[in-house]
Amino acid sequence: MKYLDEFRDPAAARELSAALHAVTTREWRIMEVCGGQTHSILRFGIDQLLPPAITLLHGPGCPVCVTPLEQIDKAIELARRPEVIFTSFGDMLRVPGSSTDLLSVKAQGGDVRIVYSPLEAVELARRNPQRQVVFFAVGFETTAPANAMAVRHARGSGVANFSILVSHVLVPPAIEAILASPECRVQGFLAAGHVCTVEGYEEYEPLAARYGVPIVVTGFEPLDILQGIYLCVRQLEEGRAEVENQYARAVRRQGNEPARASVREVFEISPRKWRGIGEIPQSGLRLRESWSEYDAENRFTLLTGEVDEPAECISGQILRGVKKPNECPAFGTRCTPESPLGATMVSTEGACSAYYRYKPHA
Amino acid sequence: MPDFTLSCPIPLTTYPHVLMAHGGGGRLMRNLIQQLFAAAFDPQSDTDSAVLAVSGSRLAFTTDSFVVTPLFFPGGDIGSMAVHGTVNDLAMSGATPHSLSAAFILEEGLPMETLWRVVESMAAAARACGVRIVTGDTKVVERGKADGLYINTSGIGFFEHALVLEPASIRAGDAILLSGDIGRHGMAIMSSREGLQFESDITSDSAPVAGEVQALLGGGIQLRCLRDLTRGGLASALVEISLSARARLGLTESAIQTRQDVRAACEILGLDPLYVANEGRFVAFLPADQADQAISILPAASIIGHVERLGEPLVTMESPIGGSRIIDLLSGEQLPRIC
Amino acid sequence: MARVSFGGVIKEVSLAYTPEAVPGDYVLVHVGFALNTVDEEEAQKTLELLRQLEPAGAETIDDAPGGEAA
Repeated sequence: MKYLDEFRDPAAARELSAALHAVTTREWRIMEVCGGQTHSILRFGIDQLLPPAITLLHGPGCPVCVTPLEQIDKAIELARRPEVIFTSFGDMLRVPGSSTDLLSVKAQGGDVRIVYSPLEAVELARRNPQRQVVFFAVGFETTAPANAMAVRHARGSGVANFSILVSHVLVPPAIEAILASPECRVQGFLAAGHVCTVEGYEEYEPLAARYGVPIVVTGFEPLDILQGIYLCVRQLEEGRAEVENQYARAVRRQGNEPARASVREVFEISPRKWRGIGEIPQSGLRLRESWSEYDAENRFTLLTGEVDEPAECISGQILRGVKKPNECPAFGTRCTPESPLGATMVSTEGACSAYYRYKPHA
Repeated sequence: MPDFTLSCPIPLTTYPHVLMAHGGGGRLMRNLIQQLFAAAFDPQSDTDSAVLAVSGSRLAFTTDSFVVTPLFFPGGDIGSMAVHGTVNDLAMSGATPHSLSAAFILEEGLPMETLWRVVESMAAAARACGVRIVTGDTKVVERGKADGLYINTSGIGFFEHALVLEPASIRAGDAILLSGDIGRHGMAIMSSREGLQFESDITSDSAPVAGEVQALLGGGIQLRCLRDLTRGGLASALVEISLSARARLGLTESAIQTRQDVRAACEILGLDPLYVANEGRFVAFLPADQADQAISILPAASIIGHVERLGEPLVTMESPIGGSRIIDLLSGEQLPRIC
Repeated sequence: MARVSFGGVIKEVSLAYTPEAVPGDYVLVHVGFALNTVDEEEAQKTLELLRQLEPAGAETIDDAPGGEAA
């Protein structure tokens, strides 16, 4: 496929790896904040092509992993209601709430369905006017335009039985929270290409300047990631801290204006809890007052309140790059993909699950 | 191991209800079979067919049930699949398939014409495989209690050679042969699933493989172990064998053939083709010095890896760019990812 | 809505956010929406940079701090 095969070329990967070895003179710790990149790194074994002096840390980039426990519990509560068809992306179904998961709710009669796009959930609502269709609107900046369009489309076409359970988060405030922490070990970031496709990368420029860290907007394919790391290391070696764009074929500095406008019309910035990290100010999106009729938390009276996370799970430290998954005493023993203690073990994009599947743990 | 208090309120190792994941070909299904079924019954082997000694000769015996929506899909239908599935399970023990049974669970309201098409397809598939459907059963359930119809087939087969094909026969150094490209059946079904649909020319690979196995045996290949790829795909089949044989398998990703459209559909939905279902592909373990000869017998096949050593159940795969990763069982069914 | 081909697999995709897209363009798609048209010139430039790295491979490790990719 065009733009996939070219960016998976083995010979070019070896050359990039050699160039990276050549430019690296000391130890560097670089964090990617994108579930898709984490997945690529482990699936292709990209970490094994790096000089040993470079450590990759897997940040809070997986939308499934960072969705807080109480939003999962609300999803489960909604999915149990007989009038509700609960729709979601596939991998949210296996994320445990505080007592069960959506797969179990489905097994007990809840109407839970996987969709590829939120527009398909609106279509489901149109075809089932006697039911309430709720879509689990999780994700980063990348998914927000799709969810914004879904509610706009519902209003525009008079589909009143559609609503969304919102758990939207934003990358730059999370990067800032990591950098501002006194235990921060991260020296450079790969910013997620798809996120920047929507929002551009202006917002990263003050972060790079204030904290003195290079930030490289990076794509998902093996060569993209290797080149992103290469550019980041080169900046570190040269003592620079700038925003660079490795993913110029898809990312413009301003992002995608129509998509940003659509998101701003429907959503506003709000505080958000992140699973494993806690509340980060101005790090999420919620529906604006004028769109609150499409907010499932308004439409239904929910009993779920604040929920605490299991104490043993160190996913917060993993997401902030303080620890690696295999440094957790529960890793692979009391915490496995079948019996996850925290969401980083649940999603295939989660750092712990990716480690469990792709790294030796026997 | 450090002593830790399990403070987590969500140990979902055991679910109080059956989930779809218990039939997904992954770890939950393996646990269900080992802890519940195998504990209660008397399984004869960890292969797809039991091999029984009956009056001095060996008999292969197997059974399989077929539930698929839609009933007719690009490249096949539930009827032909029900014949191929059981014929293939027999072939995987090295047996020559002989006779099948066919049991039907029909849903009230199923159009008779649909049933007739399915039965015709079964009959044609049986003729093509050289087996006879000799006995059967019929039950009808109320409307809404089945997806149109479910089929169970059982089969018996006999052996024309003395080889014992099972994981325990695998030796260090053996080559691993894959009989063709992967992922077509699962993606053909997925293309018609509500909420995930796409248009493509992908057709199921549903086909009998007994002929290919006979060709290998007839060509003098000293087969050690065979496994057809069904739910859970190539990855799950190899992990299962690795666990049974306690063998470390090393695979090369670039040797595994996947059609471009299958790869594309997997990219769109966030699925790994290694775990996508097949209905007409198998892996064969054979002595490495017979690998070239095996490929000349089955030109569509490829050697995808080797048995590195015995004693350590582990499957690793080298990626096209040179890194390697561990291949493990999934928990249950593969779920489409967000990004 | 548009029909987008992914290496022969066709999916209905919304072009609401890429009004500039015309038949024949490559688009980046996420959950049913095209998020951007792919800039083929930029893609070629990136690949070109990767190719230029090649002479800076193993032989010139010591004196190649990476001035070749701007």
